[in-house]
Amino acid sequence: MRKKVFVGLLVILAVMFVGVFAAGCGGGAKSDNVLTIAGSTSVQPLSEELAKAFMEKNPGISINVQGGGSSQGIKAASQGIADIGAASRHLEESEKGMGLTVTQIALDGIALIVHPDNPVNNLTLEQVEGIFTGKITTWDEVGTGSGPITVVTREAGSGTRGAFEEMVLGEGGKITDNAIVQASNGGVSKTVAEDELAIGYVSFGYITDDVKAVNINGVEPTPENVKSGNYALVRPFNYLTKGEPQGLVKKYIDFVLSPEGQEIVAKDYVPVN
Amino acid sequence: MRRHEWLIEKVLFISAAMAILVIALITVFVVAEGMPLFQNYSLWKFLSGLEWDPNGYVFGIFPMIIGSFYVTLGALILGVPVAVACAVFLAEYAPAWMTRILRPAIELLAGIPSVIFGFWGLVVVVDLIRDHAPGRGLSIVAASIVLAVMILPTVINISEDAIRAVPRSFKEGSLALGATHWQTIRSVILPAARSGILAAIVLGMGRAIGETMAVIMVAGNSPKLALSIWEPVRTLTANVALEMGYAAGDHYRALFATGIVLFIIIMLLNSLIGILPKKAGDER
Repeated sequence: MRKKVFVGLLVILAVMFVGVFAAGCGGGAKSDNVLTIAGSTSVQPLSEELAKAFMEKNPGISINVQGGGSSQGIKAASQGIADIGAASRHLEESEKGMGLTVTQIALDGIALIVHPDNPVNNLTLEQVEGIFTGKITTWDEVGTGSGPITVVTREAGSGTRGAFEEMVLGEGGKITDNAIVQASNGGVSKTVAEDELAIGYVSFGYITDDVKAVNINGVEPTPENVKSGNYALVRPFNYLTKGEPQGLVKKYIDFVLSPEGQEIVAKDYVPVN
Repeated sequence: MRRHEWLIEKVLFISAAMAILVIALITVFVVAEGMPLFQNYSLWKFLSGLEWDPNGYVFGIFPMIIGSFYVTLGALILGVPVAVACAVFLAEYAPAWMTRILRPAIELLAGIPSVIFGFWGLVVVVDLIRDHAPGRGLSIVAASIVLAVMILPTVINISEDAIRAVPRSFKEGSLALGATHWQTIRSVILPAARSGILAAIVLGMGRAIGETMAVIMVAGNSPKLALSIWEPVRTLTANVALEMGYAAGDHYRALFATGIVLFIIIMLLNSLIGILPKKAGDER
């Protein structure tokens, strides 16, 4: 009886050690057929679509698309944790010395979204700035609708928030502390869909039937208007690689930039080629 | 046979040492990552600052310390009376067949993943609050309600054990003196089980303070000092989880420093349990 318990314990320990050992090795190993993309949650849905198409064309290759945020994507690419880092903003000064090659794969608009029952259809950029800095706190001040505005924003460090602050608030502008903070495009979209008085901003790819995207300065938020340059809130989607893309990474990025890849981009975003 | 005994003893010792080693490593890691912040940023400003603006290099976590305190207190106010009442019912009133149904149900409640609680809170609780109370639903109250439900199993189970551990003779003596069942519970059993029930509450408090996912989903996460229970709030755990994915440099360190503060609060709570008298009657 005792012997059995003893052997059992040894076996469990052995399995644990082998497991830890294998996991430790597996994590670091790079396979030729696996590609990891990590970073911006805004780029994520597009990367997933592109990866799906690429994998269909090239059986046996597996692409792993992860989120984490733009800053995380930049870090992952520079440290070799991911083969490709995805960022929905330009590189910051501190990030330019990391030896990363930037490939712009698409342009994305940032849409201001409200509840479908909200009568607001158009906002000026100044009104958006006023709402998000807390100078405008009710829909009455906007001129359409009534009641206090629920401002919904993203967490500090998010690429979408960074791009939004840069384009709307300008230097020194700060989003009001009264804003509800959600951790993802989907979270913002969900909050706005539930709250008739809410306003938030999301990547074009996250505009759903549950929310209404308003016009900015009279311009409808559509890929066409982003392309023509009429829509005000536009930012790049970038793929970052350590050095020049090579091998499978190059093959994938070439596919993304090919007419076929850019056609997929064009569904929700604006192609670059 | 002897040698086997010796080996087993050593294997068990190593397993026990591993647990302590892991805790030590986590502590060292969190402290090592967080402490360097205070070479650039004053500890006092960090703890008492009212503003959190990582882009503007302002890291004040006071609103979040208060935020964690608010939602935890709210959860205790809402959850503990229900949980203790439930424990009394289970230990004193419930017939055996009902216990057989209630117990597994409570255990099931303990097993539900926190994200599910968060989702329920977002869809049901937040919606209800938005329709029937001031504010926009995502609030201290919403977080407190969700947490109150989440701490129920912990508080119920440990309180019930404490109540059942009260010597039978106490109850019999009280009944023999002519006290009714309820009088006995109120004046004899509950006071005798007091320390166990307090321990249950402290454990529930630990669970509430540490909860992250469900709170992020329903609390609104605004990093400012909440002035009303209907306003959104950000807790310490939410602060770390929300921004960790994006943080770099001193922002990253500030999040680890937030973790240190949380760590210290939890350790203080756990040592509270040690101070409590162990068994009924010990205090005399």
